[in-house]
Amino acid sequence: MENTIQDTQTSEIKPPIIDVGVIGWMKANLFDGVFNSILTIITLILLYKTVPPLISWAFIDSTWLSTGPECKEATGACWSVITTNYRLILFGLYPYELQWRPLIAVIILIGLLFYSKDRKHWSKYLGYAWIIGLFVMGILMRGGVLWLKSVETSEWGGLPLTLLLSIFGLTVAYPLGVILALGRQSKMTFIKYLCVVYIELIRGVPLISLLFMSSFIFPLFLPEGVTLNNLLRAQVAIILFTAAYVAEVVRGGLQGMSRGQYEAAESMGLNYYLTMRLIILPQALRIVIPPTVSVLISAFKDTSLVVIISLWDLMKTTQTVINDPQWMGFSREAYIFIALLYFLGCFSMSNFSRKLEKELDTGY
Amino acid sequence: MNDQQENKIASPSDENIIEITDMHKWFGDFHVLQGIDLTVKKKERIVICGPSGSGKSTLIRCINRLEEHQRGTIIVDGMELTNNLKNIEKIRAEVGMVFQHFNLFPHLTIIDNLALGPIWVRKVPKKQAEETAMHYLEKVHIAEQAKKYPGQLSGGQQQRVAIARSLCMNPQVMLFDEPTSALDPEMIKEVLDVMIELAREGMTMIVVTHEMGFAKSVAHRVMLMDFGQILESNTPDEFFDNAQHERTKLFLSQILI
Repeated sequence: MENTIQDTQTSEIKPPIIDVGVIGWMKANLFDGVFNSILTIITLILLYKTVPPLISWAFIDSTWLSTGPECKEATGACWSVITTNYRLILFGLYPYELQWRPLIAVIILIGLLFYSKDRKHWSKYLGYAWIIGLFVMGILMRGGVLWLKSVETSEWGGLPLTLLLSIFGLTVAYPLGVILALGRQSKMTFIKYLCVVYIELIRGVPLISLLFMSSFIFPLFLPEGVTLNNLLRAQVAIILFTAAYVAEVVRGGLQGMSRGQYEAAESMGLNYYLTMRLIILPQALRIVIPPTVSVLISAFKDTSLVVIISLWDLMKTTQTVINDPQWMGFSREAYIFIALLYFLGCFSMSNFSRKLEKELDTGY
Repeated sequence: MNDQQENKIASPSDENIIEITDMHKWFGDFHVLQGIDLTVKKKERIVICGPSGSGKSTLIRCINRLEEHQRGTIIVDGMELTNNLKNIEKIRAEVGMVFQHFNLFPHLTIIDNLALGPIWVRKVPKKQAEETAMHYLEKVHIAEQAKKYPGQLSGGQQQRVAIARSLCMNPQVMLFDEPTSALDPEMIKEVLDVMIELAREGMTMIVVTHEMGFAKSVAHRVMLMDFGQILESNTPDEFFDNAQHERTKLFLSQILI
């Protein structure tokens, strides 16, 4: 009986009213002591001073469809710089009347990425879909077959170029990085030092200089008559650069694995390849998802550096637009627009990585 | 207790499964194993005890080449352990090992932990491997946990899964490296019970443990190791009641309080 009485008593005791609800929340989070109250008030004042003007600049006083000179009259944001020039920003120098081709290529790519987000969809058919998709994208971009007019890679630009550089860059750099990390741990001295030297050399050099080298110095070493596409060289430079960083992140994960996991795998008779593939890498790579995504995200943004070797990526096309005399002085709007595009890319990556982390969590 | 009878049910055959002759191992300058001679017959059960640092774990780890010996020979199931990788993998598939810290694969479910070896090493079809896995999980009384992950199981359950995982490979010999040392007292029994069942079925076992009760009731031979040598090797009765070596007497007096 005593137990019953105690149970009812405990369940009836409620927390003090001051600690729950809106008031409780505000007290705990906004006005917890003098110092925090002052901070809250200052923040509120700052928000009041900045947010309304920003909103009226961006939305209320802004012009969306007008010419440059009209824009200069208006007080708000001039989004017309985007609406008028979006095709130049998104597709660069790609022949105007053929721009439906890169558009379809980008739609296929984003569609495939979106579908691949769900791990339940990962199957060999999705693999085939990717192969076919990439092939179609290549044909669309390049042309020169069927009735499609050929378009040189030097005319590619804007969003397709950025996506191409980053998505190929990342998907090739990641496995390469894993291989380098494994190589660095190898018992074979030659392979080990080859990987160490590679990683340290690449990490010791800024991406810009690698891009310069790939673009201006590397061709000097090629035999006469042989030329390698500028785009391809930039792509390779990005891959080599990112792989070195991925390798170091993965090495961190490998070092976090206990000796016991290797021993358990080996004691079953699994060979090195199977031990790595089935036991060590699935665990090590999962541990390092957050830092890996950091590396991949910064690699994605770093693709904008190809500007310096005169590839027309998103950054370059945007700069071209704001250098147009008619649109001078609207760089803010143009940069906000591509910042949004980059943000969408980065945010999807980090969202995906968090989802993946949660799905792969088995409570160890 | 009918220990005697039990021993008779699965008495050792005449066939040798492991032959170790004059085996030495060094860690750097430290001479861990100093001339080990040990022959194990099929269906024989050996318990090795000794103070920590005596080399007992290293000895059994040499048998499946988790440690490399530097002198002498080790022959397992007719194959000599050398640097020949193919041979090592073959021997490892024949020799099951259970570790102090279980070493289950935390990213795989229990059933996948068990089926992995048969599928990838023995090339057994997946469905068949999973059936075998369920069979052994039932044997260690844990079939209902098949779909869980190791992190969701208690230590005793994990160790039983680890034993089942080794059994799935259908090994000739089972090595146990202090299988109960990392367990809470109330979980030790459930693991020992599984090991006793295994013994009853005639599994060849080499067990490094300080569970003297287990040694008494299950072992054919009990050995004491110290300073990298096997100092005493005797039947359990002789070992506990009539030890020949002074070191054994000292060890037993300390361990049995």
